[in-house]
Amino acid sequence: MNTALDVQHLTKHFSAGGARLFARGAKKLHAVDDVSFTLRPGTITALVGESGSGKSTVARMLARLYDPTSGAVLYEGADATKATRRKEILRYRSQVQMIFQDPFGSLNPVKTIAHHIERPLKIHGIVPPGAVTDRVHELLSTVGLVPPDKYAAKYPHELSGGQRQRVAIARALAVEPSVILADEPTSMLDVSIRIGILNLMLALKEERDLAFLYVTHDLASARYVADEMLVMYAGQIVEQGPMEQVLQNPLHPYTRLLLSAVPDPRAGARLEVAPVRRSQYGAVDPVAGCRFVERCPLAISICSERTPELVEARRTQSARCHVTAPGPDV
Amino acid sequence: MTVLDREVVSVPPAVERELLLELRQLVVDYEVPGKRVRAVDHIDLQIHAGEIFGLAGESGCGKSTTGNAILQILREPARVSSGEIRFRGENLLDKSREELRHYRWRNVSMVFQSAMNALNPVLRIGDQFVDMMRAHERISKKRSLVRAGSLLEMVGIDPSRVRSYPHELSGGMRQRVIIAMALALSPELVILDEPTTALDVVVQREILQQFEALKRELDFAVLFITHDLSLLVEFADRIGIMYAGEIVETAAARDLFAEAKHPYTQGLLSSFPPLTGPLVRMTGIPGMPPDLGDPPSGCRFHPRCPHCIPSGGALYSRQLAEKPVLKQVTTGHFVACHLVEPAQ
Repeated sequence: MNTALDVQHLTKHFSAGGARLFARGAKKLHAVDDVSFTLRPGTITALVGESGSGKSTVARMLARLYDPTSGAVLYEGADATKATRRKEILRYRSQVQMIFQDPFGSLNPVKTIAHHIERPLKIHGIVPPGAVTDRVHELLSTVGLVPPDKYAAKYPHELSGGQRQRVAIARALAVEPSVILADEPTSMLDVSIRIGILNLMLALKEERDLAFLYVTHDLASARYVADEMLVMYAGQIVEQGPMEQVLQNPLHPYTRLLLSAVPDPRAGARLEVAPVRRSQYGAVDPVAGCRFVERCPLAISICSERTPELVEARRTQSARCHVTAPGPDV
Repeated sequence: MTVLDREVVSVPPAVERELLLELRQLVVDYEVPGKRVRAVDHIDLQIHAGEIFGLAGESGCGKSTTGNAILQILREPARVSSGEIRFRGENLLDKSREELRHYRWRNVSMVFQSAMNALNPVLRIGDQFVDMMRAHERISKKRSLVRAGSLLEMVGIDPSRVRSYPHELSGGMRQRVIIAMALALSPELVILDEPTTALDVVVQREILQQFEALKRELDFAVLFITHDLSLLVEFADRIGIMYAGEIVETAAARDLFAEAKHPYTQGLLSSFPPLTGPLVRMTGIPGMPPDLGDPPSGCRFHPRCPHCIPSGGALYSRQLAEKPVLKQVTTGHFVACHLVEPAQ
């Protein structure tokens, strides 16, 4: 199958205070640890996890906003994180576009909507100067902002949150990308508006064969749009597989916890989520053992001794758990 | 988690208990020169002791303004133009500033949307409790700090955190601090205004479960304001749906979910995708909420309503011209919609 982006062993450590800069023994936050996955054309991959799990850091590394500590992002066979020539970087940036969470902060309040969409067209030389306005209108229509000439002349404050997010999507589409990284694109929008943005993502996936990375903590919306699912906890992927398969039969206890936390009136009676006190966040100077062990209802002795590997316990579905997805030597 | 461990005392169903809060034909206007925006338009609402009442609707429908009016913290240019806000039978609009100061936090408290901004960043958590308690009670600093510690413990935070600054706590912990503060003076009604919107699902569920347990123990009533109807269906006893400043449907939470009558409620319910069961392409609600400075004629939902079509004849002209009023369709289930005829 085709691959749009091949992410290999991506790792990002941040210095986490506790010591002076450059001092020996500074604490390290393992925000992203050895994360590997692929994004495919015409596929939406959901990356879910709680705040601080590292999911946004992954998206930002893919967008080259952060440099990884180690690992590679292969695009057309070359490692995009190592690209240094301006031309290569521009090419990668135009092919991999990002949509941010906050549509109120991502548009310039003193510029019109047309300006926001013209800029990438001009910077990347997508269309000849005479065709810019037509292309802007075409893009606005694509994202459902019709009539486009009316919206092009507006300023961001004249639009609702959902409409601004559509502008952000039109701006991302302007450079004809093959990959879109959507970082919580609906979490700041009203519930009634969200479905429209999700439907737009589905339409773009189908019509333009785009590869999406959909970063979210909302499992229900992930189920609605995504084909593949990655679950992150404390910097690691703890489960991955086809969306429906993972939802029907989650392997990792953290995935089960996430599932039971989603408000879903159709689900009827549910398990109580046991509230936990987190003594220390698992990703700061991690020691050997599973990072979820303190919250885990299934933990056995090996869980605090050895770090579990990501094991393909069922066909196409992998998990990082000694109990539900034991490795061959456990 | 002390509260969760204790025996739960069963509380009789809310509707049989005494009336705590009553809004009668409440109108709130935002008035600026040359323009008047009616954010809350003649709403009636009743909350009984010990009940969880959910108020849902899109951004700008007037739900937070209603909450602010109940706490009497509306600021210029917003003001209550007419109607009554009765708490235990007494109209708050007749009260003096001093009387209202006693009423806030002691009778009714509020948990605001973003806990990140509700705490003072340069004061320790404990000192913020001390300030609040000493504004309302004669209590020594030492004793209020001890009480702050036990309140924090009640919401699952280590009492030693009274010495922390807000930035040292996570978003979920800050929201718990705000909840502890809202409960400090044992109010009879707690208003939650989008209390968990900024939090992720697991933390949201932990906090709501804890809050439910506290409610069972301390027996206060709750007005839960949110745009996330799926949360209310699970959490509330009764739900009111607001659209463009008006309440368009109220019912027991189960009934509202099972038999929503208003097309707007139905649209809201079909706006959140299911986690279980079959998956279908959903449409949400087309269009946008109206400008309350110039609301649509007749039924305010008519420009977005799938049942409002020009070929509808007499019904169509009624939808455009006549404002529907709340009618009871079954016991305790009220709907304001021309499609619904009242129960005989």
